[in-house]
Amino acid sequence: MLLTPALAISAVLFTLGVAGVLFRRNAIVIFMCVELMLNAVNLTFVALAQQLGVGGQVFVFFVMAVAAAEAAVGLAIILAVYRHKQSVSLQNMNLLKDG
Amino acid sequence: MDTTVQLIWLPPALALLGFVLNGTLAFVRPTAKTLVSIIGAGVLLAAFGVSVAIFSAFAGLHPDAPLVFRYWSWIPVGTLQLDFAFQVDQLALVMLMVVTGVGSLIHLFSIGYMKEDPGYARYFAYLNLFVFFMLVLVLGANFPVMFVGWEGVGLCSYLLIGFWFSEQANADAGRKAFIMNRIGDFGFMVAMFLIFWSTGSLDFETVFSTAPTALLAGGGAITAITLFLFLGCTGKSAQIPLYTWLPDAMAGPTPVSALIHAATMVTAGVYLVARCNLLFAMAPISSAVVAGVGALTALFAASIALKQWDIKRVLAYSTISQLGYMFVGVGTGAITAGVFHLVTHAFFKALLFLGSGSVIVAMHRAYHHTHIHEDAQDMRNMGGLRRHLPWTWALMWIATLAIAGIPPLSGFFSKDEILAAAFGRGTAQPLWLVFWGLGLVAALLTAFYMTRLMLYTFHGPNRTGDHAREHLHEAPWIMTGPLLLLGVLSAAGGVINIPELYHGNAWLHHWLEPVTARGAALLPQTHLSHGTEWVLVGVAVAVALTGIVGAWRLLKPEALVPASRAPEEHGFARILRSKWYVDEIYDALIVRPLVWFSREVLWKQVDQRAIDSGAVNGAARGARALGWANRWLQTGQVGVYVAAFVVGVLLLLWRAIGRGGS
Repeated sequence: MLLTPALAISAVLFTLGVAGVLFRRNAIVIFMCVELMLNAVNLTFVALAQQLGVGGQVFVFFVMAVAAAEAAVGLAIILAVYRHKQSVSLQNMNLLKDG
Repeated sequence: MDTTVQLIWLPPALALLGFVLNGTLAFVRPTAKTLVSIIGAGVLLAAFGVSVAIFSAFAGLHPDAPLVFRYWSWIPVGTLQLDFAFQVDQLALVMLMVVTGVGSLIHLFSIGYMKEDPGYARYFAYLNLFVFFMLVLVLGANFPVMFVGWEGVGLCSYLLIGFWFSEQANADAGRKAFIMNRIGDFGFMVAMFLIFWSTGSLDFETVFSTAPTALLAGGGAITAITLFLFLGCTGKSAQIPLYTWLPDAMAGPTPVSALIHAATMVTAGVYLVARCNLLFAMAPISSAVVAGVGALTALFAASIALKQWDIKRVLAYSTISQLGYMFVGVGTGAITAGVFHLVTHAFFKALLFLGSGSVIVAMHRAYHHTHIHEDAQDMRNMGGLRRHLPWTWALMWIATLAIAGIPPLSGFFSKDEILAAAFGRGTAQPLWLVFWGLGLVAALLTAFYMTRLMLYTFHGPNRTGDHAREHLHEAPWIMTGPLLLLGVLSAAGGVINIPELYHGNAWLHHWLEPVTARGAALLPQTHLSHGTEWVLVGVAVAVALTGIVGAWRLLKPEALVPASRAPEEHGFARILRSKWYVDEIYDALIVRPLVWFSREVLWKQVDQRAIDSGAVNGAARGARALGWANRWLQTGQVGVYVAAFVVGVLLLLWRAIGRGGS
């Protein structure tokens, strides 16, 4: 009975996350938006687990574990970039461009 | 089966052995001339001995069907099952005897002729290889095996024409022969494809037994097959329009001209038509083409021979002319007459060529000793050689009378039989009367130009020069010996087929009957009364005598001056001397346009522009342009990549949901 609102909130959160990733320039904000998308998905899993069994809830733990690891690695990268460039803006990270 | 006939692999194997040994010696010990002579001539004499044994053993059997010996499976592809196989029958044996017999004599002559040559071992290696391929040609039991020999003799011909390849003209002559022959070979190959397509086989026996049912007599298929076969013949046997290589082929050593370009290889076309006589009998149009081209060639080449000064060129055009006679014979359906003339021609033309070789050697030595640089082959530099080369003189007169058709020499019987056959078919089909007429005029010219050759070379005053004259000598016995034997054969060669008109037993005619019977059964039966035949004989002999006497009366060897001081001819004589400008016409009509087209269109447009610039560099340029055009995609901005990723995911989702919904 709470399924539809839960999925709707999840969709809104996910869209916010995507929009953040697309339109923000600050690497840390983008990083937080990625977390937002992950948690939006988690919400979907939990909501659907009520009807489709416990598997969804189990999967949420996996996502949390992976998100924690990802947060550690991602923050380390951002720190390294900041030391190198004195900036966390994505606009300055274009070394892959040719020329 | 008789075990002697089974030795049929031995003659070609011996020739091949000679090639391998002499070829090795040419690299290892080119100076070992005695050893080379023993191997080179020895294998041929041995092959001739084996051939005689096979011939006599086969004559005891005289089977109606050929004896086929299969050695190994050669090309087994689906329905095409080809064996490497030899076939022994009456026709193949006649050719076997001519090739090994005349070949042996010419090998012996070569020992003397090529004595001083640094390429002695190489020469004999080529000559042995030629005999091997020629034997494969005549013994092959199916078209492809024959074709191997056919190509092989062409290769050897090329190698031997260009034997003295350090001179550009000789190398060019070799290439010319090769290319002209390739045009003919194309015809042979197309004919083979057509034969396989229509009869499903390439074995002679299967083709000849299925052809009457598989093909409509006189239909388009059989006419195409035989015309393409004949195109092959015009290349190999130097007929109009592909004859121009043969006179240039005289650039090779003279024994080569005798063996390859007179006695054996150039008769391969005649052999092919004789072998396929059934197919030609089924195609009346092709038969008329064969006889017509033969008659025209006989006359045309004889007219050119009238005004040539090079002694070998006269003989070359004479050979083309005589080959024309043979084609008149086989085209008329008188297979025996054609093969008979092939055999007698091999005798007297080999004799004439070897005789001219003996003259050239004498002239060359005389000039060499006196350090004069004149043309040793130009008849204007000869004259009166009778006193210096009596044997050559006498023997060449025998051959001259034989080729002119004076009874009872060999050429009389064979030429007369061809003309009588053409006349006989002319009583049923008037077209053949034209061929007979052309042949008769050619006979007149033959007698004339041969007498001219003898007159200018051996009679009248000598024009070699006072000093050089003292060095003119007869050739050694190793050269005159073969001449003597060929003289006997030229004189008496007619005995193998004396017609019933003279109470002869027409041996060759009966001998070849198993081969020719199937074709002969399809031809219109004509019979000439003995009275008519006597009249024909009388006409032919009268024509020959007119030619000889006319030349003797009209030509004045006393009036000739040596080549270096000779005036230019004018009018018709010049046209004949220039060979009707056929080489020039071919050059203008075919060679030049082809070279122009190759250079301007194929090279500059197709190759340089379309392939090099367009396809090859174009592909590289296209890849580069594509990369350049897509460079803006790589911005280095992670945000752009993510945006593209999101758009892509959305598109995929939209498609997936759209699919699921519909």
